[in-house]
Amino acid sequence: MGTSVYATLGRLASPPVFYRIAEASRIWLIGLFLLLFIPGIYGALIGAPPDYQQGEGYRIIFVHVPAAWMSLFIYVNMAGMAAVSLIWRGKTAAICARASAPAGAAFTALTLATGSIWGKPMWGTWWVWDARLTSELILLFIYLGYMALVASIPDRRTAAAAGAILLLVGLINIPVIHFSVDWWNTLHQPATIAKFGAPSIDKAMLMPLLLMAGSFMVFYLAVMATMAQALLLEQEASSQWAKQAAS
Amino acid sequence: MKLPLLRRDLLVAARRPGEWLIPLAFFTATVAIFPLAIGTRPETLRTIAPGVIWTVALLSSLLSQDMLFRRDIRDGSLEQLLLSPRPLILAVLAKAVAHWLACGLPLIVLAPLLAAWMQLPAEQLLLLLVTLPLGTAVFSLLAVFAEAVAAGASRSRFLGGMLALPLCMPAVIFAAAAVAGDAPAAPLLLLAACLSLAITVLPLAAAGALRASAQGI
Amino acid sequence: MESLGEFLAMGGYAAYVWSSYALSAAVLAGLWLTALRRKRDSRRKVAALNEDRQ
Repeated sequence: MGTSVYATLGRLASPPVFYRIAEASRIWLIGLFLLLFIPGIYGALIGAPPDYQQGEGYRIIFVHVPAAWMSLFIYVNMAGMAAVSLIWRGKTAAICARASAPAGAAFTALTLATGSIWGKPMWGTWWVWDARLTSELILLFIYLGYMALVASIPDRRTAAAAGAILLLVGLINIPVIHFSVDWWNTLHQPATIAKFGAPSIDKAMLMPLLLMAGSFMVFYLAVMATMAQALLLEQEASSQWAKQAAS
Repeated sequence: MKLPLLRRDLLVAARRPGEWLIPLAFFTATVAIFPLAIGTRPETLRTIAPGVIWTVALLSSLLSQDMLFRRDIRDGSLEQLLLSPRPLILAVLAKAVAHWLACGLPLIVLAPLLAAWMQLPAEQLLLLLVTLPLGTAVFSLLAVFAEAVAAGASRSRFLGGMLALPLCMPAVIFAAAAVAGDAPAAPLLLLAACLSLAITVLPLAAAGALRASAQGI
Repeated sequence: MESLGEFLAMGGYAAYVWSSYALSAAVLAGLWLTALRRKRDSRRKVAALNEDRQ
């Protein structure tokens, strides 16, 4: 049974099959995105009651927190695909890792921006060296470094391998960074700044939060699949399937 | 230890002292900028001293790492290294030691001078002297790793530095906190933990990256 | 539900809430358009490459 699972995965990972599946699934992903996003945004802006402490201002949470989840999820996902590409020499896995980076960096930047906008009314300043924001900032540097690296290595195989090794070392480093920033934060936390009271989550708030997170996840899959298609086409430009797909 | 390689790197450094002496002089001068720009109030200088010295140490490591593999790639000795039967990991370690000797060690020698400029009291200077070897060793390992990963992109300057920078943050946080804080034991131990993690993971990863870069050279 | 004006005012937080949502929408739209354009470009590139060869 084990071999048949691997055989299926192996077939899935062959570039032409991946390309076809990505092509066919795009419309379904868009549909699923809308299915999650429309009730999510309704709940976020209208359905959920105002927070007892932060009034309507807390509604930023419905984009900020899903974006923060995605920024970490995409990194871990990229590192997982990097491991697959190194161990089984998977071409498609390497390309999916590379195709995920723009979405990961964008969600990280969005987390920082919305966190900053949220901080203004809550903390009275656009930027606070809060542990989570600082970790996100370092994560953004890691994403940008990875993108710069794979973009500036001309040889495709070298770019994939070097990028994968960087992602895996980064994966080991991210918990260390997170811990050190948390530790540093308790050292420097000025007593006057109140922490965000995590809004007491009730069901009317949790539902839209999960719906928004789900829609972001589907959105990421759609963007990644499309970018991976582009990268696969270019990499296999001279193969028969690529000619057919491009014509 | 792969001594011939280390010897060669050190010989190159000795023949071209400008390559490491100029950055060193540059960063010593950078420290002198702070009193001139911020003012000479001893309390202010003392407060910012650990951060300033550690920032300068990090920058000097990042900016001098550019040369680590560039010449070896250009003259083909990297390929020789990859073909040689000896374990590549030892060569990587030798690179890290050479980088540390040219970049970390001089900073330790200069630390008393920098401490005097920044009005750092004796007990904090002692902490600085304890943390500098640990922290700069982490920097050197990360420098070799980042340059090995970027070896396939020999045209992009500062790419390796950009890769190493975020990974250096924990070491900077713990080192500067150990020098600045009232309770240096915890950050010192955490810094030592960073070093042991770095020395376990990074040479292996750097060797893998170098091997991967050989496909494209 | 209250009036539209009240909804848009977001209890005084309008500038913060709406700018966050607008920014999120812009980021999502930008990503999606980049991906589509990237794919269109590479299809054209591959098609042109193969025409040259023939």
